[in-house]
Amino acid sequence: MSTFQQPPTTRIRTERGQNRESLVAALPWIGPVLILIFGVVLFPAAYMIYNSTRRISQAGTDVEGVGFANFSRVLADPNLPRILLNTLVWVVVVVTVTVILSLALANFLNKPFPGRTLVRMAVVVPWAASVVMTTTVFYYGLDRDYGIMNTFLVDIGLLDSPYGFTKNVATALGAAIVVGIFVSIPFTTYTLLAGLQAVPGDILEAAKMDGAGKVRTYFLVVLPQLRSALAVAVLINVINVFNNLPILRIMTGSLPGYSADTLMTYIFKVLQFDRRLDLASALSVINFAIVIVIVAAYVKIVKPMRED
Amino acid sequence: MAIAPARTVPVQPSPQPRTRKYGADGVSRRTMVGRIVVGVLVAILFLVPYLVMLVGSLKTRSEILAVPPRYFPQDGLQVGNYLTMWSTPETPLTYNLISTVVIAVFATLLVLLVATPAAYYTARFNFPGRMAFLFLVIVTQMLQPAVLTAGLFRQMLVLDLNDTWVAMILINAAFNLSFALWIMHSFFAGIPKEVDEAAQLDGASRLAVLFRINLPLVWPGIVTAIIFTFVASWNEFAASLVIMSTAENQPLSVALTKFIGQYATSWQYVFGVSIVAIVPVIVLFALIEKRLIGGLTAGSVK
Repeated sequence: MSTFQQPPTTRIRTERGQNRESLVAALPWIGPVLILIFGVVLFPAAYMIYNSTRRISQAGTDVEGVGFANFSRVLADPNLPRILLNTLVWVVVVVTVTVILSLALANFLNKPFPGRTLVRMAVVVPWAASVVMTTTVFYYGLDRDYGIMNTFLVDIGLLDSPYGFTKNVATALGAAIVVGIFVSIPFTTYTLLAGLQAVPGDILEAAKMDGAGKVRTYFLVVLPQLRSALAVAVLINVINVFNNLPILRIMTGSLPGYSADTLMTYIFKVLQFDRRLDLASALSVINFAIVIVIVAAYVKIVKPMRED
Repeated sequence: MAIAPARTVPVQPSPQPRTRKYGADGVSRRTMVGRIVVGVLVAILFLVPYLVMLVGSLKTRSEILAVPPRYFPQDGLQVGNYLTMWSTPETPLTYNLISTVVIAVFATLLVLLVATPAAYYTARFNFPGRMAFLFLVIVTQMLQPAVLTAGLFRQMLVLDLNDTWVAMILINAAFNLSFALWIMHSFFAGIPKEVDEAAQLDGASRLAVLFRINLPLVWPGIVTAIIFTFVASWNEFAASLVIMSTAENQPLSVALTKFIGQYATSWQYVFGVSIVAIVPVIVLFALIEKRLIGGLTAGSVK
């Protein structure tokens, strides 16, 4: 049985109790971690929130406090509805398709066959490789003139003639979604594979003895056991896809305007090209708030602290 | 998603299913052949973009820009691209490689130095604020530099650290610290504390217990933490994009984007550099392939 369903045992409690130390004794061991987390994660977060209430010149000078003016300005931006819609479509489509395909792939990779380890290693490759570099190959491959993937699509009869996928909003977003799914599958598959391997063999045998078919066994016995692995896969993917910059930046980078932007690519345009640190901070704070909600959902649903 | 930072999965791996599956319900020969065929197709699907990279890196400039394109080079394999690419005018690739290596190596060392004692201590001892500390670790584990880049950029500007290796070393270390700590914590927690107590009875100090007794036992966890931190720092893009402004200081992930959108991109060089950057991290990930399933699950070592 998977131990995580059991309440923490009292044995652990008493053992820890014997080793109760003071905070002062703990500081030399945990202090450096605290310094890094406070200095390079929490401080910039607080500083970003502060900056979102300031007016900062393009040269970087803090001019004056403006309250929530930056927020009202970015919220009134006519591009924002489109950007939020793109973000929603991007996250929902990539995560949904990724989880469904990964579920099938994890089931397959859980079956024994010669060479399985090699196939599993091939699936790991997009996880290890730089997303920038993976996306770049797709960007090149989908070029209308010299793109090799375009030629392939024509050769197998899916296209009549090469198509400039990165030249208009809908197909550029579509291509970005395909790349997003491609690079998200490895982590998701491995997470679900870990979940599958935790399904106790005797439950499967009991289901078989009771005459349950393969499909029934899968939906009634295996899937419920995968619940926690699925929760991890979905929430981590939501947060990663939501915060992804390189895929959309490269795939939709040659398009003018903001019609193909998500919140993250838009923030970086405001930060880099408009050099408006104050507005970028306000947008980042909104983005950060959404991330916090997802993290809260993760902590509540997955309960990562349970083992302690 | 970059390296979708692997997270702890709160499930326990059961004994290998291999014996179970090959046993009584052994499958027919036809099913097995079918699985192999599907397996080969899956492997090809995931490797194709990187094969396109490899083949492209061996084409001449005119061949990679040829319309219509050819799948395989017909002017011979241009192995020399791997030498000439370093002097391409778009970006100083040699410096970019050095930056990438320096940042990834030092960020990993910093994480190791800082996270190992904390992981050991939180796994072994109870102290006021321990749960709060672990909660902080869990929450920061979910954050990425991209989320806070606006704040980080301004902070490094004020500290006069913008466009320096130090800034990116600190950022990569801070954002990968939590995951490394969490992995090592679960490994330390898996070692019976009687081992420590026996050593302490023999008069060993706590540091000696950590280094002499525990580290040799948890090295798989440490290797996993090292590889994840290294690969994540190696591939980091968003914060470097804004903070590293000088061409020489930029890591490869940022430098390569400069080729995109040019009139006649030297794709053969983009792909040559990509292969050089990707192969080492694939090897590292292959080393911990087993851990990707078993070892990332918190508390899996019993």
